[in-house]
Amino acid sequence: MAFYFTYMLVAALLFGFIALFTLFAVYAERKLAGFVQDRLGPMETGKYGSLQTFADILKLIQKEFITPSAADGVLFAMAPIIIFLAVFIGFAVIPWAPGLAPANLNLGIFYVIAVISVDAIGLLMAGWGSNNKFSLLGAMRAVAQIVSYEIPAGIALIAAIMITQTLNMQEITLNQGIETENTLLFMGLWDVSGIGGLLAWNVFQAPHLLLAYVIFFIASLAECNRAPFDIPEAESELVGGFHTEYGGLRFAFIFLAEYTMMFLVAIIGVVVFLGGWNTPLPNIGALKFADWTTGLVWGIWWTLSKTLLVVGIQMWIRWTLPRLRADQLMSLCWKVLTPLAFLCMAISGIWRVMVMA
Amino acid sequence: MFKTALHAFITAAKGLTITLGHLFGAHRSRKALDVRQGNYFVQQKGVTTVQFPKEKMPIPEVARYQLEVEMDDCIVCDLCAKSCPVDCIAIQSIRATDVIGKTSDGSVKRLYAAKFDIDMAKCMYCGLCTVVCPTECITMTDQYDRSTPKLADLTYAFSDMTAEEVEAKKQEWTKFQAEKEAAKNK
Repeated sequence: MAFYFTYMLVAALLFGFIALFTLFAVYAERKLAGFVQDRLGPMETGKYGSLQTFADILKLIQKEFITPSAADGVLFAMAPIIIFLAVFIGFAVIPWAPGLAPANLNLGIFYVIAVISVDAIGLLMAGWGSNNKFSLLGAMRAVAQIVSYEIPAGIALIAAIMITQTLNMQEITLNQGIETENTLLFMGLWDVSGIGGLLAWNVFQAPHLLLAYVIFFIASLAECNRAPFDIPEAESELVGGFHTEYGGLRFAFIFLAEYTMMFLVAIIGVVVFLGGWNTPLPNIGALKFADWTTGLVWGIWWTLSKTLLVVGIQMWIRWTLPRLRADQLMSLCWKVLTPLAFLCMAISGIWRVMVMA
Repeated sequence: MFKTALHAFITAAKGLTITLGHLFGAHRSRKALDVRQGNYFVQQKGVTTVQFPKEKMPIPEVARYQLEVEMDDCIVCDLCAKSCPVDCIAIQSIRATDVIGKTSDGSVKRLYAAKFDIDMAKCMYCGLCTVVCPTECITMTDQYDRSTPKLADLTYAFSDMTAEEVEAKKQEWTKFQAEKEAAKNK
């Protein structure tokens, strides 16, 4: 029975982390938006507005559950839970540090991609269950977008996985640093197994994986409905999109899911392409930076800092670029990203046979 | 298609550098400069927010904000109330039996102002009342910050007469009228 307790503890710890991350990220996003637009952002609650998001969540928790009379009660109430859970269970296989992952699954990356897809069903439930034209429009757009963008995202990941030859996320990370037992080649030419650091990351092991990461990053923005791909929410045309009718704790969970999704896609990109918990510092001769900065605590530090950097870039992009039109969104996905992703996959196959063999 | 996408990426990169510049430029704030200064438009970088109750923008002394009445100079001619497009000025006058004084520009005062109320909640700050005032006793000031929990607080009463004084002056006038009437009928 003791292992059930451990499972729950791990889940509770992860949830606590995610909740804290969301509170921090919302604050950071509002500040960042302010600075980009020459404003100050929240300033009144706490020092420099630092307690703003805590005040926000306190307000949301106190609010009443309101279900529109025409809504489908079951779908409406279930949707926020499904949306959040679909993202939350993705964290089960994410490696945080050497030997530290909630579950060391051999199907790791496949599992994550599979459960993230369930998110689309939750969004459709929210939109349909609200019985509101804006919600339904938003949900339809969200599903169309997520289903489309899963293809370039998935194929970009496959391009990397063909190089790593494993779906286990812990092993993928291991093979991007000094602790690997394989030989790692920088751009397929230079053996960097003992040097590690930045040079051994997947993006630098083969040149086309850099393109694959860019494709994955763009597609992941679309998957978590972030600007410039936020047409499912599109405040100016759809009120609030699929979450128009939601309020209180239910809205909080949809919001939590959005920020969790940002973190999840960022960390997937970091694990598969940017070396996961591996240090960016290489060994240079007698200066063994990579050896010194590898370990449990260092691992958590590198994972977190890399992921938060990617999340920061997502926010920076959101406050810079205008929203894409629905047809532009689709043509970008199907006419540009998908062919490029297939090209990356083809190069990966050739690379595997010609360079790495 | 790829050409368009490439162009989109290049322009996106341009936009991203601009926002990054603003992001890192946000460590300094623009000073709340007076708009009359020559270098007002020179500052182009930094945070523009003025955190209002704590800091205020400099405004000229002759700014056109809330109204102020100098009652000593008022001859209670009612022109301001007549000119007001939103009827926010309410004046009640009592006639005096004789000249009661002179304003600073030499106009003769013959009326008491029993009531001189300006409802600042109605006022639209057009300044017409200040234009028509013959003695220039109603002016606009640089005071704009007034918030209150009670709407009645926004009605500014400028009359300096107490209720008893008003009653006494009324009595005086009726008495004077009655005496005049009596003298005529003799």
